[in-house]
Amino acid sequence: MRELDVKVITENVAEMCKEAAYYLPDDVYRGLKRGRETEKSEVGKIVLDQIIKNAEIAKAEDRPYCQDTGMTIVFLKVGQDLHIVGGDLNEAVNAGIAKGYTEGYLRKSVVGEPLFNRVNTKNNTPGVIYTEIVPGDKLDITIAPKGFGSENKSGIKMLVPADGVKGVKKAVMEIILHASMNPCPPMVVGVGIGGTMDRAALLSKKALTRSIDERNPMPEYAKLEEELLEMINSTGIGPQLGGTTSALAVNIEWGPTHIAGLPVAVTICCHAMRHAHRVL
Amino acid sequence: MAESIRITTPFTEEMSRKLKAGDSVLITGTIISARDAAHKVMTEALARGEKLPVDWKNQIVYYLGPTPAKPGDPIGSCGPTTSGRMDAYTPTMLDQGIKGMVGKGSRAPEVVESMKKNGATYFAAVGGAAALIAKSVKSYTVLAYPELGPEAVAALEVVDFPAIVVIDCEGNNFYEIGQKPFRNFDINQI
Ligand code: SF4
Repeated sequence: MRELDVKVITENVAEMCKEAAYYLPDDVYRGLKRGRETEKSEVGKIVLDQIIKNAEIAKAEDRPYCQDTGMTIVFLKVGQDLHIVGGDLNEAVNAGIAKGYTEGYLRKSVVGEPLFNRVNTKNNTPGVIYTEIVPGDKLDITIAPKGFGSENKSGIKMLVPADGVKGVKKAVMEIILHASMNPCPPMVVGVGIGGTMDRAALLSKKALTRSIDERNPMPEYAKLEEELLEMINSTGIGPQLGGTTSALAVNIEWGPTHIAGLPVAVTICCHAMRHAHRVL
Repeated sequence: MAESIRITTPFTEEMSRKLKAGDSVLITGTIISARDAAHKVMTEALARGEKLPVDWKNQIVYYLGPTPAKPGDPIGSCGPTTSGRMDAYTPTMLDQGIKGMVGKGSRAPEVVESMKKNGATYFAAVGGAAALIAKSVKSYTVLAYPELGPEAVAALEVVDFPAIVVIDCEGNNFYEIGQKPFRNFDINQI
């Protein structure tokens, strides 16, 4: 059986936290450039120029792209034939987060308890860790730090089957209109349809790990992604101060659901669509 | 594309009154950072009748959220934070002579009324453009409340700090004006 030492996991997670904070993925960078070419608002063009230049500076100088370096979401896919040795997997991931956020001069934005006693944990732990067991003997890690300007504008609607496609469109657009310019657009919009309430929310997060250039493999969902993107880009929200580039993409993921339900979750991400991915 | 207007601090009411919602500006000189905790401490001090440790007359306040500075840098990445959280304190602070505010997001009607009365301008820095903004900051000096750590009141020497006028002293709001020509969507038509 293949063995993987937790120390290797900690090291990799630490590097990935920095990587995610400094380097905007290429697909998002290209999406911003395309948006700049088609943007109709003069002020919108100025804003997009600044956002593009910001990405270039962050990458060239190893600086955080945005000061809100987020709460660290971690998706782990653990091969069932992999033996993790030398310690606890979750502790190893959190140790990596602490190391990456400290060494990388990233902002520590996590409080240990949400309501009565909001004390900063001072090293950005714990992360929000989702673990899946999959075939194989590898460990697949995706790091997706999430800023809360956009997270606070995300939402969920529990529709009924009769609401159908029209209901889904309305639910998504209500959330987008409510968010308006607050989540630092241009946004990338993750939509989760189906499952239970919690599964829909998770699907909307997972949707954001897919490239913005890749449409859903099922043609009906791909079409819905395009239609929603067009609607969002005709709201006028634009890149923060009005315009035609409100969103770069809508990514939908779906899952089986109950005969009586149609949950729809929307995770809004800002232009700081930061990710890192490695397979160990 | 319209040229950016260059502004050098101190920022007087006369300069403020010339700006219109939608104008793009580059600010050079000193701006002063203050956010939630500092606003709370300052308004409480004023309520007790105390004098503030910083003279806010003709100043520009920046609602800033920084990452820790790397060794050798004056400041880390430092984009704007959400201004709305300062709204409850803002009319009191504008009465202290502040003529410009830099942040992101909409403001309460009371803030806009106080801006009209005081001849103050509200600028947006581009949300998330934190590394770019950091390039325009040349120095960072704590002026008051060092115990607040990254939330202390500090002077930032800036050169060509990029911002856009969102709400001018007449109350024109570019968040509304800027969206209108591009709005071609009605949720009831779905
Ligand atoms: S919403 Fe995104 S871009 Fe805006 S401040 Fe938060 S993390 Fe940064």
